[in-house]
Amino acid sequence: MKLSFILLTYSAVLFGQVPYQRILNAASEPGNWLTYAGGYQAHSYSPLDQINATNISGLKVAWMYQIGVPHHFETEPLVFDGVMYITEPPSDVTALDLRTGRPIWTYRRSLPKGIIVCCGQVNRGLAALDDQLFLGTVDAHVVALDMRTGRVRWDVEVADYKAAYSITAAPLVVKDKVIVGIAGAEYGIRGFLDAYDAKTGKRAWRFWTVPGPGEPGSETWSGDSWKTGGAPTWVTGAYDPQANLVYWGTGNPGPDFVGDDRQGDNLYSDSIVALDADTGKLKWYFQFTPHDVLDMDADQVPVLLDAEFRGRPRKLVLFANRNGFYYVLDRLTGEFLVGKQFARQNWAKGLDGKGRPIWNPEAIPSEKGALVYPDDDGTANWFSPSLNLKTGLFYQNVREKGAIQRRTRMKPTYESGRLYMGASRLPIPGEEPWGALRALDWKTGETRWEFRVHTPPWCGVLSTAGNLVFSGTMEGDFFALDAVSGKLLWRIQTGGAIWANPISYQSEGKQYIVVSAGSSVIAFSLPQ
Amino acid sequence: MKRSMNLLAGFLIACSLALTQSTEPGRQPKPTPPDLAQGERTYGTECSFCHGPKGEGAVGPALAVPRIRRAPTDAALFQVIREGIAGTQMPPSALTPAQLWQLVAYVRTLGHVEQSKSTGDARQGEQVYLAKGGCAHCHTLRGHGGAIGPDLSDAGARLDSEFIRASLMTPEASIPRDFMQVRLVTKGGQRLTGVRVNEDSFSIQIRDLSNQFHSFWKSELTELVKENGRSPMPSYAKTLTPDELENLIAYLESLQGN
Repeated sequence: MKLSFILLTYSAVLFGQVPYQRILNAASEPGNWLTYAGGYQAHSYSPLDQINATNISGLKVAWMYQIGVPHHFETEPLVFDGVMYITEPPSDVTALDLRTGRPIWTYRRSLPKGIIVCCGQVNRGLAALDDQLFLGTVDAHVVALDMRTGRVRWDVEVADYKAAYSITAAPLVVKDKVIVGIAGAEYGIRGFLDAYDAKTGKRAWRFWTVPGPGEPGSETWSGDSWKTGGAPTWVTGAYDPQANLVYWGTGNPGPDFVGDDRQGDNLYSDSIVALDADTGKLKWYFQFTPHDVLDMDADQVPVLLDAEFRGRPRKLVLFANRNGFYYVLDRLTGEFLVGKQFARQNWAKGLDGKGRPIWNPEAIPSEKGALVYPDDDGTANWFSPSLNLKTGLFYQNVREKGAIQRRTRMKPTYESGRLYMGASRLPIPGEEPWGALRALDWKTGETRWEFRVHTPPWCGVLSTAGNLVFSGTMEGDFFALDAVSGKLLWRIQTGGAIWANPISYQSEGKQYIVVSAGSSVIAFSLPQ
Repeated sequence: MKRSMNLLAGFLIACSLALTQSTEPGRQPKPTPPDLAQGERTYGTECSFCHGPKGEGAVGPALAVPRIRRAPTDAALFQVIREGIAGTQMPPSALTPAQLWQLVAYVRTLGHVEQSKSTGDARQGEQVYLAKGGCAHCHTLRGHGGAIGPDLSDAGARLDSEFIRASLMTPEASIPRDFMQVRLVTKGGQRLTGVRVNEDSFSIQIRDLSNQFHSFWKSELTELVKENGRSPMPSYAKTLTPDELENLIAYLESLQGN
């Protein structure tokens, strides 16, 4: 039995393959983590329960791997067939042996000088298909690597990095395609979402998130403002195989903070778009923050759910938005079902019956300075929430932080590769920002409980069938809460800020919890 | 041979042109008023979001200081703006060398400090610092002294005389960053006031008013009050004579760091 297990593990390490069917059925492999957010529905939930509320106090560090790079370490690992695959900032990849944490290979990308990324040269993870891994790079390429060796199969340019296009998100594989989002809205890019043939790297489709003249939605941009309209796609989306729709969030319009020269709603900025996975054609959209002047990117992870809702079964998408509202939409039509404030905000006086916000004019940046909650880092951001159907709770890390947004005297003017924004952000005197992990009733968005943390977090949330919720803080604490009550059950000081989504996997019969902290990947398990 | 020399000469000229036109800083030009105006415009769009409209600091550090720690010289500032700072949110820039120099010149104007306005005697001020003022109990000079307040070794390079005067008269008006006063009570009944050294979700570390370091789990405390706007520093408005105050200001202005 033991020999056959070892042989199975050994052969899997050598010949590991991830056909599309495996990703589609990720739920049947609870010991692996095959795609970003753990599955196409993006629940960031692990069905493993070996580590649970009764034995969590014994959780210990099993191994650590250090990257020695100063950038924020935001990777969400993939795990399958005895190997963990991580990205290291800025655009490198390492395969780690699950048993020891020792590296098997590393892909180091040689980057040109002058990479322009607004908020750090980071990377959040990989996608896998068959025997290849897919990486988006800060110089705006997508690269396919042989997962056994880390050697490059193909490398294609997605956009011009000199014009401040970059990629920081994990790609998403759907069938035979690699879907890749782009960043750079602070520099006046025109956003899009791309799909590439996984075998050849040839582009299969592109969906412009800012429509061109004559296309539906172009009437929401005045003049030529569409050319620099932003609406980036820098956080990984989700996929519904039955509907064959890809769901993806989009970011702020350009120029950032100043809307004078882009009159209109500025579609499809700050929206969720549902695209046909084969063609990239738009099926529907829902815009959370029309004509945004506060940098309210809807670059969060959409969470998909099939459930009974108001008396009938429905296909839903749940979305905890940077703008402070939690939304439930019908994911076949985009119909607005729920919009509930889940954190302090003052930019909107509320939502109307269709979910459209009613702007508070006092929160629009002015030369005098406008007091705005949340600030432009948002209530939520790229870090993943977790949906746990055993508890019925949607766990979301929340940033409680405002700012004084002061509009600059000079109007921003576009120059390729230069910042294209028109405000400055000042802290609110005497106010200490804080954070909380909030458990929301997924049906209503009502907060059931919260666990307060010292400063606004940048860590994702993992919940497990062991009745646990894991998350971390900027001060380096990694902790586990009781998933029902929110009570603190375990914590460890890791010594480095946690800017990553935790995951869980099983290896040789043992469950592990993994998170990146500081410049380390740390795997935790129970002692023998 | 001649052809190859010509080729070589052509190559060298091309190289030097490429260097001066694209990436090399070149010689720092003397800024003209239009340069400063352009630098201000560039600052408004490229820098003010993180560093504040007047360089007062926000997400990024304050630039309205006479000496920027990471960029003590204009050449270093040019380099930092061009290359960014790895591991921070300071990105590299696509500005041309000419634009960079305009920006450097403008950023330097933000930190321009008026010449000393104090009429005091710095030598006598040193005695006030050490004796009657009791400043060394809380502040550090060249590695010696307390740590309840900021290091003053380069106070004259960082602060103007008006600011120093205001701080001595009304310390609460400008509490320095990272020196929040806290008051706490432990479950054992111990009461302490001090400045916060560090805090996270589960613990807090403080330095009490006698410079003793303490570390507590928050679960060990019955009370933890952050006294925003309060300072352990007393006002010197009544304890020092006007002459002593001027002398102390003159002394602090004379402290220029290493």
